[in-house]
Amino acid sequence: MTGLRHRLSASLPPVAFGLAGLALWESLLRITDPRGFVLPPPSEIVAALVDNWSQIWTGTRHTGYVILTGLAAGVILGVLAALLVTRFRSANETITPVATAVNAIPIIALAPVFNAWFGLISPHSNQAVVTVLVFFPVFINVTKGLTQVQPSQIELMRSYAARERQITREVRIPNAMPFFFNSLKIVSSLSVIAAIVAEYFGGRQDALGPMIIQSAGLTRYDDAWAAVFAGAMIGIVLYALAALAERLAMPWHASVREAAR
Amino acid sequence: MTECAVRAEGITKVFNQGRPNEVHALSEVDLAIEPGEFVSLIGPSGCGKSTLLRVIASLTEPTEGQITVYGKPAEQARLDRDYGMAFQHSGLFDWRSVARNIELPLELMGWSRDKRQQRAREMLELVKLGQFGDHHPAELSGGMRQRVAIARALSFNPSLLLMDEPFGALDEMTREHMQTELLRIWSETGTTVVFVTHSIPESVYLSSRVVVMSPRPGRISTEIPVDLGGRDADTRESPGFFAKITEVREALRAVEGAE
Ligand SMILES: Nc1ncnc2c1ncn2[C@@H]1O[C@H](COP(=O)(O)OP(=O)(O)OP(=O)(O)O)[C@@H](O)[C@H]1O
Ligand SMILES: [Mg+2]
Repeated sequence: MTGLRHRLSASLPPVAFGLAGLALWESLLRITDPRGFVLPPPSEIVAALVDNWSQIWTGTRHTGYVILTGLAAGVILGVLAALLVTRFRSANETITPVATAVNAIPIIALAPVFNAWFGLISPHSNQAVVTVLVFFPVFINVTKGLTQVQPSQIELMRSYAARERQITREVRIPNAMPFFFNSLKIVSSLSVIAAIVAEYFGGRQDALGPMIIQSAGLTRYDDAWAAVFAGAMIGIVLYALAALAERLAMPWHASVREAAR
Repeated sequence: MTECAVRAEGITKVFNQGRPNEVHALSEVDLAIEPGEFVSLIGPSGCGKSTLLRVIASLTEPTEGQITVYGKPAEQARLDRDYGMAFQHSGLFDWRSVARNIELPLELMGWSRDKRQQRAREMLELVKLGQFGDHHPAELSGGMRQRVAIARALSFNPSLLLMDEPFGALDEMTREHMQTELLRIWSETGTTVVFVTHSIPESVYLSSRVVVMSPRPGRISTEIPVDLGGRDADTRESPGFFAKITEVREALRAVEGAE
């Protein structure tokens, strides 16, 4: 019970700060009155959100679908590749440099190319962009977690005549968990950016990305901001889910125990 | 003659052989340890104590020479789970509770859940941590963690206990307490112990024999039998204890002076 009260009081400052920020934003724009150009006040964004609710909800669902599927595929592939690379040292020596090199390519810039591959109005191209962008942080972090294990822990396992599979299960995977959840938190917001920017170049026309482009083109900035807000909400929900999963999956970890104080 | 617990013959270990960073860690080491003995390895830093321990444990292959453990090749002894190991840093798994850390080797050996849990309880009693089974290692003090590591090393009744500076990170009082505990456990279980330490009093207090090693390349320079009888609180203040400390110190000085 005290834990709950503690958590509420801990979340009070950021909430108060956010509300104060909104109030400042609103009043500054009311005073200077730039006529909603560039940055509309929050009240107008909320009004735009309510007015266009069905359109924004449709866009949120489509973009959310692209994000979730692309994210899931990227995370699964990243983890599998990391397991593979740790299992076979030779694979590590070939794949990791390649992965690092590919990661240096600004993948988001490939969105138009992906459109050519998957079709201009297919969501698959957007999913592919998200997947590729999510893959690398997950792959690189999880590989680090699987390999950067205390040597004495491996020696201990070997002294018990443990098999490689048992060492992976008992030592490497638990050791990689904090790395995995860190990368999950990173890609939860990265995937939103990737999906929306990819949608600027193609995919479903009723998703959030095209909505932002079209509204901005028609100088309806409040509508554009309403769509951006919807995207931000997806990102926040994903981040919160990742943080929750982290908490449930590794109650032993210092970061979790610290937060639970 | 009875079978040796450990018999090392002509052990040489060269790291990075043929490369510019070649290191002769061990040279022609011969060592025979009887079952039930408590042998300490002491010597200057870098003289190969840990390497010798790891060679005995079959965690690294000697470049030359033979190791047998209870008459078996070291590798076979490892596969037969004859070794219990404990290191300077307890090496507990943070993600397992204290009890489940102790159960880990038992799990790998296919013990049933009931037997494992029962055993973990017994071991926790043995190291006086009966109340802490459900805690996570991060909630324990350094000395408590080290006791858990020892309980884990002993949980499956290994016939050979290999310890590398297990009390190195502890304060003096905890350390003496742990030494007493270890001797009690040793006399209760009757296992053979090979114990690496930097502390002269510790080596004398614990061992039935102190093996002094010299560096570059690592070899055994002197073996000092310690016959102080049953240890108790007074042992640390007895003239025999101080005489042995002096003997080991002089042997070490000779080794370091020779450098
Ligand atoms: N894996 C390794 N690769 C290369 N050299 C090594 C390796 N392990 C140990 N050595 C070298 O072998 C020598 C002996 O090392 P070892 O760790 O056995 O010494 P030690 O007596 O345990 O020292 P300390 O008291 O400091 O723990 C050192 O010179 C060390 O640098
Ligand atoms: Mg050492």
